[in-house]
Amino acid sequence: MKGRETHTTHSPEETEALGWEFSRKLLPGDIVGLVGELGSGKTCFVRGVAKGLGVRGNVKSPSFTIINILEREERRGEINRLHHIDLYRIRSADDFYDAGLEEYIYGKGISVIEWADKFPELLEVCTIVIRFSYMGEKVREIVIQRRGGSA
Amino acid sequence: MLILGIETSCDDTAAAVVEDGYRVLSSVVSSQDSVHARYGGVVPELASRRHIEEIIPVVAEALKRAGLELKDIEGISVTQGPGLVGSILVGLSFAKSVSYVRGLPLTGVNHIEAHAHAAFLREGEAFREAPEFPFVALIVSGGHTTLLLLEDYTRYRVLGQTIDDAAGEAFDKVAKLLGLGYPGGAVIDRLAKEGNPLYVEFTRPYMAKGNLDFSFSGIKTAVRNFVGGFKEATPEDSIKDLAASFQEAVVDVLVNKALRALRASGASDLVAAGGVACNSRLRTKLQEAAQKEGVRLFIPPPYFCSDNGAMVAALGFHRLRKGMVASLDLNARPTSDF
Repeated sequence: MKGRETHTTHSPEETEALGWEFSRKLLPGDIVGLVGELGSGKTCFVRGVAKGLGVRGNVKSPSFTIINILEREERRGEINRLHHIDLYRIRSADDFYDAGLEEYIYGKGISVIEWADKFPELLEVCTIVIRFSYMGEKVREIVIQRRGGSA
Repeated sequence: MLILGIETSCDDTAAAVVEDGYRVLSSVVSSQDSVHARYGGVVPELASRRHIEEIIPVVAEALKRAGLELKDIEGISVTQGPGLVGSILVGLSFAKSVSYVRGLPLTGVNHIEAHAHAAFLREGEAFREAPEFPFVALIVSGGHTTLLLLEDYTRYRVLGQTIDDAAGEAFDKVAKLLGLGYPGGAVIDRLAKEGNPLYVEFTRPYMAKGNLDFSFSGIKTAVRNFVGGFKEATPEDSIKDLAASFQEAVVDVLVNKALRALRASGASDLVAAGGVACNSRLRTKLQEAAQKEGVRLFIPPPYFCSDNGAMVAALGFHRLRKGMVASLDLNARPTSDF
């Protein structure tokens, strides 16, 4: 994946399928920031990523538990698990570090962070940023950008 | 047998003393809602800090109200998960320390299973009808939406659960979309009483599916789409109608799936508990459905529906009696289904 990709999806199923396709381009240790309002398809996209990676268990909203850790069914390559993080209830970047969430994101696993734009300093550490926008009732524009100029 | 129950899985620090798995001698809940209201939700790091400050006074108060001292307690039961990991660890570390120092048997319980045990609790009254095994439990709160089949006091099966948002989470997020306060569940319940539940027919996700799982993410999106249709801020009257219509959709799904779980399992008793079981519309509709279907319905009083230590102590009694004693390496299980 290079630079910036723009996709349009027309249903939750298409958004999930895009997540699946995207998962194949992930590199070990990628930190993916998801940006978009309530109901714009973030969790749906993560469900596709999880299926693509072949992790155990369901992808549920982590709003309540802040982080859900999903282990990979069988380890292929270096990526061992998916950290699904949700900053919806987190009120400051300090809370993020104080709660020890930082320890999860620097490893070989993939971290996906919903509401990543709440704190600019967190968005800075993301290797990929994905923005979700409402275009219509079921239509979403999804822009995927790998940051820092790396492949 | 006198059990001290400790619950810190979310925003409430709670402790209780319960005898023999049903007789409540005391139950103290230090609700943190006032702390969190300013922030529009449960703030996890704040919650952990508050738990640390509250845990000792709350346990001391529970013992005092029961007219007991720590030396009278015969076992400790603590919530092991699911919930916020930092919050669970406060209760767990406290329980392990007391267990070690006092040489008391310790057991770790599943928060969701414990909610179902609220149906066995009695306060003062000599007798209260209790559900008979096997029974179905609908556990609905800000973090959970789960249908359980309780086979006996210490065995359960998950029949279905939410695949995305919890019902209470949907209430909170829709309250936020409508510009209402926190906690969203209570505000929507109040406004919905003056609103028209037929104003918008919101989607009833998963209602048609044959399984017992739930999905509430789509209703949230539907409300957002509807609100997005207004040129400016949502008119006040419409907010009441939207609240009522949204609540009706969620309640419909919950009632429908609970009845389906009863049919599928052959059980004839239903327990509803968890914070959302305080919702007045859900209570009414469950009662109507239970009457129609000849089902015995058990909904604990609101203070035993929301998070409390008594339900944890009740379940812990049965586990300890069966020798399900934890060692001191007992750890938090924040997200796993167990």
